[in-house]
Amino acid sequence: MATLTLQSVTRRFGAVPAVDRMSLDVADGEFVCLLGPSGCGKSTALRLVAGFEEPDEGDILIDGASTVAIPPNRRATGMVFQSHALWSHMTVLGNIAFGLKLRKLPGAVVRRKVAEALELVGLSGFERRYPRQLSGGQQQRVALARSLVLEPKILLLDEPFSALDAHLRVRLREELRAIQRRLRQTTMFVTHDQEEALTLADRIAIMNQGSLEQIGSPGAVYEQPETLFVAGFIGAMNVMAARREGEALVAGPFRLDLTDADRNALAEAQHLDLAARPEDLDLTLSGEAGQAVVEQVVDLGPMRQIHLVCSEGTRLKAQLARQFTVATGQSVGVRVGRALIYREGCRPVEIHPGDAGAVLPFRRIAGHRHHEDRSAP
Amino acid sequence: MKANPAVKRTLNGDVLVGSLLLLGLVVFIAMPLVGVLLWAFAEQWRSPALLPTQWGLKFWHALLARADVHSSLPLSLILASIVTGLAALLCLPAAYAFARTDFPGRRLMLLSFITVHAFPRFPLYVSIAVIFLVLGLIGTAPAVVAVQLVFSMLYLIWIPTAAFRGVDRRLEEAARDVGASHLTVLLRITLPQVAPAIGAALLLTFTNAFYEVEGALLVGIPDIRTLPIVMLSLITGQVIVQYGAVLSVILWVPSLALLIFARRMFDSRTFAAGVTM
Repeated sequence: MATLTLQSVTRRFGAVPAVDRMSLDVADGEFVCLLGPSGCGKSTALRLVAGFEEPDEGDILIDGASTVAIPPNRRATGMVFQSHALWSHMTVLGNIAFGLKLRKLPGAVVRRKVAEALELVGLSGFERRYPRQLSGGQQQRVALARSLVLEPKILLLDEPFSALDAHLRVRLREELRAIQRRLRQTTMFVTHDQEEALTLADRIAIMNQGSLEQIGSPGAVYEQPETLFVAGFIGAMNVMAARREGEALVAGPFRLDLTDADRNALAEAQHLDLAARPEDLDLTLSGEAGQAVVEQVVDLGPMRQIHLVCSEGTRLKAQLARQFTVATGQSVGVRVGRALIYREGCRPVEIHPGDAGAVLPFRRIAGHRHHEDRSAP
Repeated sequence: MKANPAVKRTLNGDVLVGSLLLLGLVVFIAMPLVGVLLWAFAEQWRSPALLPTQWGLKFWHALLARADVHSSLPLSLILASIVTGLAALLCLPAAYAFARTDFPGRRLMLLSFITVHAFPRFPLYVSIAVIFLVLGLIGTAPAVVAVQLVFSMLYLIWIPTAAFRGVDRRLEEAARDVGASHLTVLLRITLPQVAPAIGAALLLTFTNAFYEVEGALLVGIPDIRTLPIVMLSLITGQVIVQYGAVLSVILWVPSLALLIFARRMFDSRTFAAGVTM
């Protein structure tokens, strides 16, 4: 079991840094997801750890020892590739045994370890198959077994499930997590899929343009996104430009009263952005706090997402429990229950303007689960 | 069953057209071969008869008794093998370099290999022969090998270059990741992945060298007489169809053996996997 440390690692392609002064500590047995849009440098970061790229600056330590000078074939990392990268001219046995044989282990040990690895990924008895005789999910399981059989200190996975269909992706995700917990395997997982990151990770490291934006537990990055980028990237978020107007904060259709503490915190800021989650917007029957018209009702199953157009043009997404009813074209009021105010280069300020007054709730339809868009009175 | 008659008719029509096309193709490809085979075992074949009027091995005995035929078959095999071996030795590392490194003029150099094939060959042979004459190489085996080598390199450069480029780099990285050195990756991962393509290129090179006539004729005579040269002289010297037919059958043997060998290789799981993945 092992720890991984990135110390201000920079990797440039030409003049452009693909990874820019990235620092990260992964604890023993921890599962960290690198999450970000394509081209953000997350795969390069993973390849730096694996040794396929060399950092221009900074250091990468495994168990406290620098590994930068160690070539990938002698590094204590194991990598699972997006495309499974199985060797098509070898059987499953040949693929998994390849690394063991290179280590000159006796044949009996190799066979036992391969059998154990296959059992771990649920593919016992598949030794004699060729990769092309396996399904996509099975191929990726073999690739995982090929890495795990060598007992790497750090397991690296580069979007391993992104080529699979949604159901299989979810199942393999759960299997991977179970295996990782059982082995207490220190793991770094690259994905652009936030749902994958939120379900898998102990901590998520969100990257943008080569830089680390935020590291935190799935709950923390959702609840307290530290940058505007993270706020917009994780989950649904209403983001709008905001400005101070005397005692109040004006953003889109909202004019929010600030507490003294909030005012002090936002003292000399020039440019502000307000970010509020759909579930932090309260809908009211008649709008005293911002008029809006329902444009679309999206049924997400457990709840409904309401797309609103405010009178001054701002588009908002709000959330409504499914037992409440609302119709397209209906006029509603919107209030901000909780929001984060972002300023350039500072931590966000959390405000709770909705605490002040009572919210008029939507009419509950007793015992009625349909939402045939009957207008509330 | 109430099958839609219209659909059924068009289906039958498709099958019919397909069968006719296939039959035409078979006839087109197989008829000359059958003709040559029949001629090789015909002692007498007068024109109105559909089949030879007298069968026999007379011309086989006559041909195989000739010293030039005797010596030219092994010579041809050896020369073609040397050409193939040398071409592989020269071209495969070059193909790997072409595929994996990017240097200025890479595309131009790759294109240059086609230039010898773009010119009319005969003037080229003649000019080469003139140079060899000055060097005193005319009539020697190295001269024939050199000429055939020049015209073989295209296959063994282009096909393997494309094959090496086609190997997914992540396959090699995955091997590095589990502990393989660069050499091990090349020998155990990259080469098996490109083996079918290299096999095909070697086959092309060998048969090309084996059947090559003009180049060998111009720089090889009088001492180096390969089997195709002997065949040419036999056919042009006296119009006995059987000599040509028998020699054709003899010339088929090595390439047929190679093709069967190649098929076995392609059929085996390893190489089939290499081709499909």
